[in-house]
Amino acid sequence: MVAINSNYNIPDFSLSPRIDQVGVEERAKRFTARSIKTTSKVNGLKLVLNMIDLTTLEGKDTEGKVKQLCYKAQHLHDAYEGLPTVAAICVYPSMVKIAKQALGNSGVKIAAVATAFPSGQAPRDVKIRDTKFAVDNGADEIDMVISRGKFLEGDYNFVFDEIAAIKEACGNARLKVILETGELVTYDKVRRASDIAMYAGADFIKTSTGKIQPAATMPVTLVMLEAIRDFYYKTGKMIAMKPAGGISKAKAALHYLVMVQETLGSAWMSNHWFRFGASSLANDVLMQLVKEKTGVYQSGNYFSID
Amino acid sequence: MAKTKNNTLKLDFKMEYAPAPESKSSAKINSKYDLFINGKFEKPDSKKYFDAINPATEEKISTVAEANNNDVNKAVKAARNAYEKVWSKMPAKERAKYIFRIARMIQERARELAIIETMDGGKPIRESRDIDVPLAANHFFYYAGWADKLQYAFPNKKIESLGVAGQIIPWNFPLLMAAWKIAPALATGNTVVLKPAETTPLTALKLAEIIQESDLPPGVVNIITGAGATGAAIVNHPDINKIAFTGSTDVGKIIQRATAGTNKKVTLELGGKAANIIFDDAPLDQAVEGVINGIFFNQGHVCCAGSRLFVQESVYKIVLQKLKDRLETLIVADPLDKNTDIGAINSKQQMDNIHKYLKIGLAEGAEIYQTHCNLPKKGFFMKPTLFTNVAQSSRIVQEEIFGPVLTIQTFRTDDEVIEKANNTPYGLSAGVWTDKGSKIFNLTTKMRAGVIWANTFNKFDPTSPFGGYKESGFGREGGLHGLSAYLK
Repeated sequence: MVAINSNYNIPDFSLSPRIDQVGVEERAKRFTARSIKTTSKVNGLKLVLNMIDLTTLEGKDTEGKVKQLCYKAQHLHDAYEGLPTVAAICVYPSMVKIAKQALGNSGVKIAAVATAFPSGQAPRDVKIRDTKFAVDNGADEIDMVISRGKFLEGDYNFVFDEIAAIKEACGNARLKVILETGELVTYDKVRRASDIAMYAGADFIKTSTGKIQPAATMPVTLVMLEAIRDFYYKTGKMIAMKPAGGISKAKAALHYLVMVQETLGSAWMSNHWFRFGASSLANDVLMQLVKEKTGVYQSGNYFSID
Repeated sequence: MAKTKNNTLKLDFKMEYAPAPESKSSAKINSKYDLFINGKFEKPDSKKYFDAINPATEEKISTVAEANNNDVNKAVKAARNAYEKVWSKMPAKERAKYIFRIARMIQERARELAIIETMDGGKPIRESRDIDVPLAANHFFYYAGWADKLQYAFPNKKIESLGVAGQIIPWNFPLLMAAWKIAPALATGNTVVLKPAETTPLTALKLAEIIQESDLPPGVVNIITGAGATGAAIVNHPDINKIAFTGSTDVGKIIQRATAGTNKKVTLELGGKAANIIFDDAPLDQAVEGVINGIFFNQGHVCCAGSRLFVQESVYKIVLQKLKDRLETLIVADPLDKNTDIGAINSKQQMDNIHKYLKIGLAEGAEIYQTHCNLPKKGFFMKPTLFTNVAQSSRIVQEEIFGPVLTIQTFRTDDEVIEKANNTPYGLSAGVWTDKGSKIFNLTTKMRAGVIWANTFNKFDPTSPFGGYKESGFGREGGLHGLSAYLK
């Protein structure tokens, strides 16, 4: 086992706290009743932009596509002055090198999905090589998937050891652990998988690959935020969170921010601790920002698609 | 080694929400309201009026007539006349049409009613908009549906209405309580004289306007305003057949004495001091949320509020930490702001009463925890409060405070907590939080309370009966039970 975990006792994950479905869904809905207006809205929207992991994860990805995405990451909407960049771009390991060149020292991070993304159905040594390849090419962050099959079989030790092994292969890169909550189905299992990931050394826990429906939802994200909170109570260690897939509207993103703020507090309100995995969210946020400034909505044609 | 550092979150709201106030423009409040008797607004015989205050600003928002004995006589006479000549003779399906119409009109004017409810009583607009007003409409809809089906509701029973019902309602849910009272009375063919509380008469008077517009025959519903003396005149009136009261246990006892030996049927829904019990196997985050809703809903001005929290000792520390963190995120502010979680205390008098209990608690040696939020400068506002280090023998544990104040005790075993939860003169409601179904059933059969919520709290529905044991009163409102209270 890796040294990271020696600081605290590893709990029995079959005893992870239970989640009441009705209660957690009600609580998640309550955040959407918060009304975010004027200055809080503009500040919130800019923060959302700065928290986005701009993503392209397609079989047909090419260098050209990734280069264009990297340009967009740094120039979200040049007609609007003072906008931040996104937090990171998220690509396959084969695209890390080209992304590194395209992003230079812009400060935009490179996240690579490794470990036989999205299914994770590969031997461990392949996954480790996949990870090392991405890191050696310059990835700042690794988005791994857990072995959902093993998890559902109840082989929690396997899942734990695998995460710990990938963490070791990451070196200085931050590790995001994708639970693929759409395949775990129940909130109880989401909670248990979150606990395993955090104790095994995850820097981030992440909801989904974006390839399985449902992807990120507010209640699922809330369950994971509450797991992060409990882990922090116990260990004093902050873990970051990334909902991914299905968040395409600015309003929904603001609701997520409200949820983070009221569950974990302002220490988590930066892109070091919270990310949105999304491809189409940025343009809706931009549209809202321009609307706040000019009072009118522009059509989609005024916002670049990369 | 496990670290047990005392890590605290910084829930300090760096990202403040900009004000999002609901506009008052769609709510029309008259500068003066008369008594609604026999389908018309009439000047009071007393010639006296009292002020309606917005507790969030301490400003006068209207003046309201004070009914004296003569006014009560007039209202009862109108109700009797309407009962004898019109309402009791009308086919039930025709009665239902009027009740449905009132329900629809409440929905159509929901926004206006919500704003006025919030301005008059101080409750957050989120609650009046999402809970009070929709539930009030639902009560009318539900009972309208029963009006022509009473034979099926009570098979083998001769359906006979009582006559004139005198109804006295409290200030915590003004419109909703009016709906709870009026809807079943009308559905069963009774006529009504209703008195809203003197601090919150405006939505009942708005309801009077709706009733007038609905063309309900004059005198079927009469709404008269006033304080305790007006209520006493209703209770003591010889031509009233039924008294329905919701309010304090003290007044309930007075009514019980006054009606003893008369022919009046009585239902009383009085105070409470509900136990909310968290077992160590409960989903703790959801339980904490339920505890927060249980005690801070409507500033704690709820007779069924979960004001006594019992936490199993093995999870006491973590539950307390979670409660305090959650408390810090509650927004106490202008009730008309859509982001407000906790609004204004209903009146100066109630504010003083709650402060009295805070002092008692401190004198008893209890530990107090209050949030660090800022309170508005004007208006009757209070910080949500937790008391720990208390016992069954503490007065703040025994007596109803009716404010945003929660006492927290610990327990070890199931039997112990059942005994402690029942060890109170009240018995209106209770809550239990556990992952185990068998524990829920064991507890609910042994708890002496009218409503017991499992893994939730403060859920209301027109189909579900509501009422108390012991000093929390008798009789049930809501559901079929609520209908039978208005039948012979």
